[in-house]
Amino acid sequence: MNPKSANVGIVIVSHSPLVAQGTADMVRQMVGDCVPLAWSGGNAEGGLGTHAAGILAAIERAWSDAGIAVFVDLGGAETNSEMAIEMLGESRSGRVIICNAPLVEGAVIAAAEASGGAALARVVATAEELSP
Amino acid sequence: MIGEGWKKVSVVSANAALIGGLIEACREVIAANADHLSELDRAIGDGDHGTNMRRGLEAVYAERNRLVQLPLPKALEETGLTLVMSVGGAAGPLYGTLLIEIGRQLAGATGQIDFARALEHAIDAVARRGRASPGDKTLLDVLYPVHAEVVRRAGLAGISEQAERAASLTSGMKAMRGRAAFLGDRSVGHVDPGAKSCSLLTAAICRFLEEQCPA
Repeated sequence: MNPKSANVGIVIVSHSPLVAQGTADMVRQMVGDCVPLAWSGGNAEGGLGTHAAGILAAIERAWSDAGIAVFVDLGGAETNSEMAIEMLGESRSGRVIICNAPLVEGAVIAAAEASGGAALARVVATAEELSP
Repeated sequence: MIGEGWKKVSVVSANAALIGGLIEACREVIAANADHLSELDRAIGDGDHGTNMRRGLEAVYAERNRLVQLPLPKALEETGLTLVMSVGGAAGPLYGTLLIEIGRQLAGATGQIDFARALEHAIDAVARRGRASPGDKTLLDVLYPVHAEVVRRAGLAGISEQAERAASLTSGMKAMRGRAAFLGDRSVGHVDPGAKSCSLLTAAICRFLEEQCPA
């Protein structure tokens, strides 16, 4: 799925697997395969929730040396994402940023920006412009 | 593991029976109270705190044979990591950070172990992780009072009582963090589930240590 792309990757984290997957579908429709993309939704048992192990795995799947922009929904999604990023280790954690942006709109617009080869800071800034 | 009990334990040095016993005691108290914790969480959150905590403690229990072989600081760190990977929600990273940081502080300690200081560093790390302060209606509202008791060298029973009192006091607070914060004033009148699990674990640990090393 993920060609070894120089583009920034996108990771979507939601309490709901359906929301996470649905958002990823919308991103795919927008940019096809040219942006590394992965999602984590639900707890370890498949119910509603978030968990660090799943988020860590999603970041690994979408890994790009250009960096990763992460989009989260409610509270625990952010806390678990921060934990997962730390667990990546120092050499990579600095290249992963959690965006302060709405999940769906943020992920779609960030992916559009990333598909043009924009740097991580640019991708994040574009998504965060959506926040009030 | 806390207060005067901790000193006795550190003198005899942590052994497999101690670590195994602590794991067992924590797993038991969470299993027995999981439904109640989820009930508290249903009132002001998403209703999964009990099931999340139970999953975490079961994961730790499943690894007990490996954990009991480790020196105490490493066992604490590895237990924290297991909780991070298995509990989920916000509780996983918060409890995980607490244990990982206590473990790291103890590992770095030279000479006499200052448990109170290690605990303080770890609680501050939890506060940073959750971006919460005392009074926000979180598990910090139990951790800080517990730390204060440890500092003033209260006995195990005193620490346990203080934890329970602190948890019940969260009922009067308005939630500022987590899902409960969406409820604003309507969060008042309910005990915080994270504070409750924290007081239950504290009490279980104190009870176990009391049995291990009677005064």
